Parts: sequence; structure tokens; C-alpha cells
Amino acid sequence: MSRIAKPSIHARKFVSVDPDKCVGCGVCEYICSYEKEKSFNPLKSRIRIVRLGLTVNMSLACRLCEDPPCVASCPRDALKQSEETGIILIDEDKCNGCGWCIEACDYGAIMLHPDKKVVFVCDTCNGTPKCVEWCPEKALDFTTKDVVAQKSRISAVKKLFYEVLRA
Amino acid sequence: MFGYAGRILRINLSTGNIKTEPLKEETAKKYIGGIGLGIRLWLDNSKPGLDPFSPENPLVLTTGPLSGTIAPTGGNGHAFVSKSPQTYGIAEAKSHGFFGAELKRAGYDSVIFEGKSEKPVYVWIDDDSVQIMDAKHLWGKSPQETEDIIREELGDYYIRLASIGPAGEKLSRIACIINDKTRAAGRCGLGAVMGSKNLKAIAVRGTKDVSVAKPEEFLEFVKILHERMKGPATVKYRTLGTPQNVLVHNSLGCLPTRNFTNAIFEGAERVSGEYLNMRFVTKINGCSSCAMRCEHIAVVPEGPYKGTMARVEYEPLWAFGPHCGVDRMDAIVKAIDLCNYYGMDAISAGVIAGFAMDCYEHGILTKEDTGGLDLKFGNAEAMIKLVEMMGMREGLGNILAEGVKRAAELIGKGAEKLANHIKGVEMTGYDIRGLKTAALGYAVSFRGADHNRHGAYALDIAGKVDRFKFEKGRSKLVIEIEDLYMIIDSLIVCKFSRGVYYKGFEDLAKYYTLVTGMEMTAEELKRAGERLSNLARLANIREGLSRKDDHLPIKVMTAPIPDETVSKGSYITQEELDFMLDDYYIHRGWTKDGVPTLEKIKELGLEDLAYIVERKV
Repeated sequence: MSRIAKPSIHARKFVSVDPDKCVGCGVCEYICSYEKEKSFNPLKSRIRIVRLGLTVNMSLACRLCEDPPCVASCPRDALKQSEETGIILIDEDKCNGCGWCIEACDYGAIMLHPDKKVVFVCDTCNGTPKCVEWCPEKALDFTTKDVVAQKSRISAVKKLFYEVLRA
Repeated sequence: MFGYAGRILRINLSTGNIKTEPLKEETAKKYIGGIGLGIRLWLDNSKPGLDPFSPENPLVLTTGPLSGTIAPTGGNGHAFVSKSPQTYGIAEAKSHGFFGAELKRAGYDSVIFEGKSEKPVYVWIDDDSVQIMDAKHLWGKSPQETEDIIREELGDYYIRLASIGPAGEKLSRIACIINDKTRAAGRCGLGAVMGSKNLKAIAVRGTKDVSVAKPEEFLEFVKILHERMKGPATVKYRTLGTPQNVLVHNSLGCLPTRNFTNAIFEGAERVSGEYLNMRFVTKINGCSSCAMRCEHIAVVPEGPYKGTMARVEYEPLWAFGPHCGVDRMDAIVKAIDLCNYYGMDAISAGVIAGFAMDCYEHGILTKEDTGGLDLKFGNAEAMIKLVEMMGMREGLGNILAEGVKRAAELIGKGAEKLANHIKGVEMTGYDIRGLKTAALGYAVSFRGADHNRHGAYALDIAGKVDRFKFEKGRSKLVIEIEDLYMIIDSLIVCKFSRGVYYKGFEDLAKYYTLVTGMEMTAEELKRAGERLSNLARLANIREGLSRKDDHLPIKVMTAPIPDETVSKGSYITQEELDFMLDDYYIHRGWTKDGVPTLEKIKELGLEDLAYIVERKV
């Protein structure tokens, strides 16, 4: 008898961005649109940069929410979430571009495709995200939320004991 | 076409007429794009002898074949080309950021702005839809405010803009055109040309794809360049940034101080790149597609200018720092921020401030003239007040906004002896009294005093040549770099990336071929560089410039370096300059008067411009 195992917290990897390292260059946008659509066009990139003022840069892609609002909001059940990886799967035949999922998403991660007029969203390039590979600043990471917390924790303690660790 | 959009947009601001025309492959390959294409389009769309503020002086905006692609730094530049209100010859001003890429995605290689609008307007380029919009509510606002307002009213936060500020509106001859909040097409006063057309801003949104001819090979090449951009060729830009030059120049006795009174600055440490990075720099940003990132953002941490933010590079830092005898970094950041606000070239504004201080110290300007400012060298508060006055063209600022050359003429009383410019463009931060290869590059630069047209200072500073003595044949080195830089500024790739093209023209030709699909060899590209250098020269000749305009700043020729330093006593005599120019013209294949010969013109395929030199050769 087979047991369907609960997805491990380590299974759902997403593209995480470090705003301290991000310089807003947009290489991620170009390489994503090229990988997915063979052209250079940020409007077709699944990851988008935001620049605020002179000092804040960060890019954003789908965060694989638990109980994703986009899926819940779709009146045509065109969206569902992969049990295994957590990415959002779009049925392009069912989607009619109404944009309700876009309004539901807090991150602007799901977007309307400029040509196809159905929605599109980051699918982590099947587990080998190109943006992470190409980011010149190594500001992107393909990681799980638990590891994100681990890293912050370790970094905080390192900073505190910087002098001691140096010796 | 790949790489190129294949379209030129023509907007007549007098009639409101808007049309597009194709960019021919032949033209593209011959003039490449960027400043090369810009100069050609300007020549073809203007008559000789125009007033730069005349509606008939076209303002040409261009991108390059690499714009909008992932080519690191190739994706992000644009250029403005027009007749300069400072040199009265051809001028170019480039900028980077994100604006150029957006214009390419909208489907244009170039936009030609003709005529003059009756009322303040901005142009809204939304892919194929081009509209001329009312800008009455924007007149008087800074470029940064203009960007925010237009984004809000057009309802899209990713629209890219290039705008002028109050300085451009008031036809200040040192006005610039600012895009993406902090990037400037700075030199030669092209912001005033835009202002003379009542054109407040250019807003662009492009949704089209940009494709390259050989994507896989192209990406492989880009990957290699990405690695190189993290290597030794770009260390300076990724660490301290160009402000690193302050202490380097100081140690070599080539840091022009107090309006070229000295070549070393006792306050150099306090305005050094090291100090800037330690105390002020909070972030280093990158332009679209860049794999280096160099934009050092400084935030003033305390004091009367606390919170002021600006991007700081060597030249503006030098202009408001050592050049004015000011050793307060916070005041320098504030001055730069003000220039961004008013839309003024920070280099020129700083040089003019230093000039005004020199005049004051010599009693040529009095407290009455300065409106009560004690304009001594080193007075940071007075310097900042002066920048505000220049930005708004108030009081003495109204005269100074004419640029150092004209201001000196208006002030008289011997002020001309203190005005350091070449062809009317304010001098930049290299004391060429002790950098003689650079001096030649400066003298012959087609857009006036400029270290970027030739980069020859690198040879002097690195000690590759004797910087105190110019020998026969030295020009060849300058010519080589000039031609390479014409290509760099036509493809448009970032000048800071120049070190990663290990094989020079070969690497750049590879870029061109992979992106456009048009076969370009290193030899052809080198030839194109020479062609474009000659093209710029011909444009200037058509506008009446000649050998006499290939001069050097007055103090470089009259005041030997006085400091107890390695460059003590160095300066350049007219004899030396003549020797340099003769050498340069010979190696360029030009006449003794610096005019391209008919043979040279034919050789480069510029026969249709032979009329310019017919009576001179």
C-alpha cells in the first residue's frame, strides 16, 4: 500500500533575492525571457526588478505560497499548485486573462503575458533556475524557506561574535 | 533586422508631424549606431551655420545595435547628438541606465527631434503610438520630479524618461539631459538645445521583443564577458569607483586644484575615494544588463546636508572638491545633488564655480558681484549657494550659466586668463600640464575638453610613455584609442567595460556579428572607427571649426605647475602644442590645417561629404 508522503519543507525551493546584494541590473529579467521565450524582453520575464529611490533594489519571483491566493481566487480553476514542488501550474485553455489572480497575489509575481493574454508565473525552470545561475552579484538563491531562516540565523550570530570568530 | 530595430522616428515639434523611416542596413553597418549614426543623421538633417537654439537645429537621439539585449552594458546606453551651444560644433552626450534599452524595445534605433514647440511639451513614445503631450504643469520641475509625475499620470511605473530641469528650460549652456533619476547625458549643453525646443521630457515604453541573430553563440560570448567583468579589468569600478583617482592624481602631481593654480591638494585625503567609500557610500547600483556595477551612491550621514543622496564619480567630485579648494565631502555630495535637481552638468558647474572663486581671489569679482558671497577657494557654503544661483540663472549665476568661456568674456577685467576650457567646454580633472599625451587628446577632441574621447591619460598615468615630453609618432597611440572609443560609443557599450574586450576590435566585431547577423571583421570595425573620427571632424569643419580650435586651456599654456612635486615646472608651450598637432594631423592623413584630405575622405567612403573640404585642400 502506498502512502502519500507530506511534502518535506525541503522540497519546495523558490528563487530568493538578497536585497543587500541586488544591484538592480536586470540580467535576471533578460535571461529569464530568453530561456522561456527566446527573446530579450523584461515584460516576458517571470522575475521582475523593483528599484525604489537610489538605494533599494530587489527582484521578485513567485514565492510558492502555502494555500496560494492566486489558486484560490481563480473562478475557472485554471490554476493549481504542484503538490511536489509548490509551483503554480496554469491551464492556458481555461485561463481567460481576467486577472483576478493578479489582484490576489501580494507580490505581483503572477502576471499577464503581453502577447498570449493568459497569465504566466515562475516555474523555477524545472528545478534549475537560470536567473540564479546568471546573476552577476550572486544575489539570487534557489532555496527553501527553512534554509533562508537558517542562513539569517547563522549570519546574525556571526556578526555578533565577529571579533571572537576572527581570533 | 537583428539587433537594430530598423526604424528611425522623426518628430517635428513645430508642426506636430510624426513619421517613421527605415534604417538601411548599409547605413547601419557604415555608421554602426550611437554617436556615429547620430552625427551622420545630424549632418543630413541640418544646414551649416545654424544657431544651436534655432528650431532648425535637430536634436538626434540614438541607441546602438546592442541596446535592449543582455550584452553586458551593451544593453543600456543612448546618445544625444546636436550642435552644441558651447562649441558651436558637433557634440555628443551619452548616458546609460535603462532608457536606451526601452527605446529599442519600442522599436526605434533613433529619434530625430526637429523644430520647436510653441508651448512646453513632452513626447510620449509608446511602441508605435507617438504623442506630443502638454507639459505646462512640468515646466520648472526637476528631472526627478518630472519622472515621478509622468509615470503617475501615464499610469505605468516602468516607463523610462529623459528630461531636462530648470537649467535646460532657461537655456543654460551647461544644461544636461537626465534619465532614470541620476544618469546624465551631461556635456556640451545639449540640455539647453532640448529646452530651446520647449521639449521638457521624452517618455518611452517599449513592449516588443529584442532578438539577436545568433543567440546561442551570443550567450556563450556574454557568459565569457560576465566572467571578465568580475576580473582585474574592472576592479576599480567595482571597488572604490572612479573617485579612486583623487589620491592617484595627487601623488602624480596631476590633480588640478583651485582652478589649475596647483596640481596637488592638501585636502586630498578628505575627499578621496577611500574616504568616500568608508563614510558615505551605501550602495553600488548597476545599469540594465551590467555585470560589473559601478554606480556608487553616497548618502551624507550627518551635518547640515544630512540625508542628501547622489551618485558620485571622480569628475564631479574633483570639480566641486579640489578644483574649488573644498575639502568637505558632504558639501560636494550636496553640490552634485543640486546639479541633478537643476539638470546641470556637474563637471561644468564645478569648474565654473572654481573659476568664479579664482576671479574673486583676484579681485575681478567683488562681493557686490557675488551678491554678498565670500567666494574664496574652499568656501563650501558659498559654492553651494553659487550652484543654486547658476541653476536658477539668478544674479551672478545668470552670467555663469553661459559657461566659463562666455562668462569670462562678459565679466572681462582679465577673467579670460582664468577660464579653463577647450572649444568652450569646461576642462576636466586631469592636470595635463604634466600629462602631455592626454593633452593632445584633449586639444583635438571634437566635442571640446574631454578625457573620454581618447582616454590617453591612461598612457601617461600608467607611465607607459614619458608624460612630460611628447615625441614624434606619439599621436599614433592617441589615434588608436580615439578610433576604438568612437566604436565603443557607437555600439554603445560602457566605457568602463573597455578593459574586458581583450582583443579590442576583434571582440567588438564578434559582438556586432553575433547580434546583427551582419558579418563584421576586426579590420572593418577599425576602419569604421577611423571613418567616424573623420566624420566628426568634417562636421566640425562644416560648422567653421579649424586648427585654431584645437587649443588647450589657458592656464595649461601659461602657468607652470608650481608645487614641490614630480611635475613641478611642467606646462605646455604653443610650440609644443603645434608640434603635437602637426604630428597628429600627419598621422590622421589630414592637411596641416587639420582638414581631412580628399584621398582620406574617399578611402573612408565619405565622398558625399567632400564638399565640406573642397575649398580647403
